[in-house]
Amino acid sequence: MEKKLPTIEIIEKYCKGCHICVEFCPTKVLEMQGFVAAVKNLEACIKCMQCELRCPDFAIKVTA
Amino acid sequence: MAFDYDKYIRPGKLPHIWCPGCGHGIVMKGLIRAIDSLGLDKNNTAIVSGIGCASRLPGYIDCCTLHTAHGRAAAFATGVKMAKPEMNVILCGGDGDGTAIGGNHFIHACRRNIDMTYIIMNNNIYGMTGGQFSPCTPTGAKASTTPYGNPDPAFDVAKLAIGAGATFVARGTAYHATQIDKLIAEAIQHKGFSVVEILDDCPTTYGRRNKFKSVIEMMNRLKDIAVPVKAAEKMTPEQLEGKVLTGVLYKQEKPEYTTEYAKVIERAKGAK
Repeated sequence: MEKKLPTIEIIEKYCKGCHICVEFCPTKVLEMQGFVAAVKNLEACIKCMQCELRCPDFAIKVTA
Repeated sequence: MAFDYDKYIRPGKLPHIWCPGCGHGIVMKGLIRAIDSLGLDKNNTAIVSGIGCASRLPGYIDCCTLHTAHGRAAAFATGVKMAKPEMNVILCGGDGDGTAIGGNHFIHACRRNIDMTYIIMNNNIYGMTGGQFSPCTPTGAKASTTPYGNPDPAFDVAKLAIGAGATFVARGTAYHATQIDKLIAEAIQHKGFSVVEILDDCPTTYGRRNKFKSVIEMMNRLKDIAVPVKAAEKMTPEQLEGKVLTGVLYKQEKPEYTTEYAKVIERAKGAK
């Protein structure tokens, strides 16, 4: 059965590029693209929600 | 499932004013989750703050909010609680606002044990006014007013609150985001004055003066110094050197102020 992937929405208007989500993602799903965070490797996501919890700018929404 | 913060945020208020990497946003999310988990009525919840970066928080949340004079959050909140004892009153502010400029209001609110929750976001500095040292700036740290290092010892906010008579004292950090909402929710449920100190980071005015290369380094510091209360019981004093205890540090039941005041009113009525 195919693994159901979550959707990670990044609101670029809110992202201030602090790197917290990129650095503390345990499976390195996110990366910086210029000044804002972006999804690099969605398949590695384990839906731990740490990026959403720690984003100080309300810029990440993870829907499992 | 993504938590829907939008229903608690005033439309058009985001993005907020806090700097990139500032932990205040993480604390605000924790507060919103705590309010949601307890199912508090927005119209029956007042969030009161003073002046400062952390005190901007109520402006974003769609509850009854009050943004008051510097350090006077506890005084205004006491007024709100006395007028409407059924209201949930939550205060928020920084370390400078709460323990220096509002230090007297803070200790006397603790002493009265009035049923409110004070969230102190301790980032070790006055951020908004330009990086002056606060009573929570560690000894030796640099601030705009202590360029050769701060000679003063820092306040331990939790011990100060316990000593002044607060009946619920907890501490968390901005790094341990999942713990924040649980601590705040427990503090709100506690009948009496509750203090939740959240250790925070200020990359702009504290970090860059004190050789923190990035926000990540500041967050890792919070991760390294925090020790849960239960884990600390098994550690030696040497191992606890430089560490900070997190979790619920103190909890006690004592008569609550508005209840006691209602009795005074009853007694006064009988005296006529």
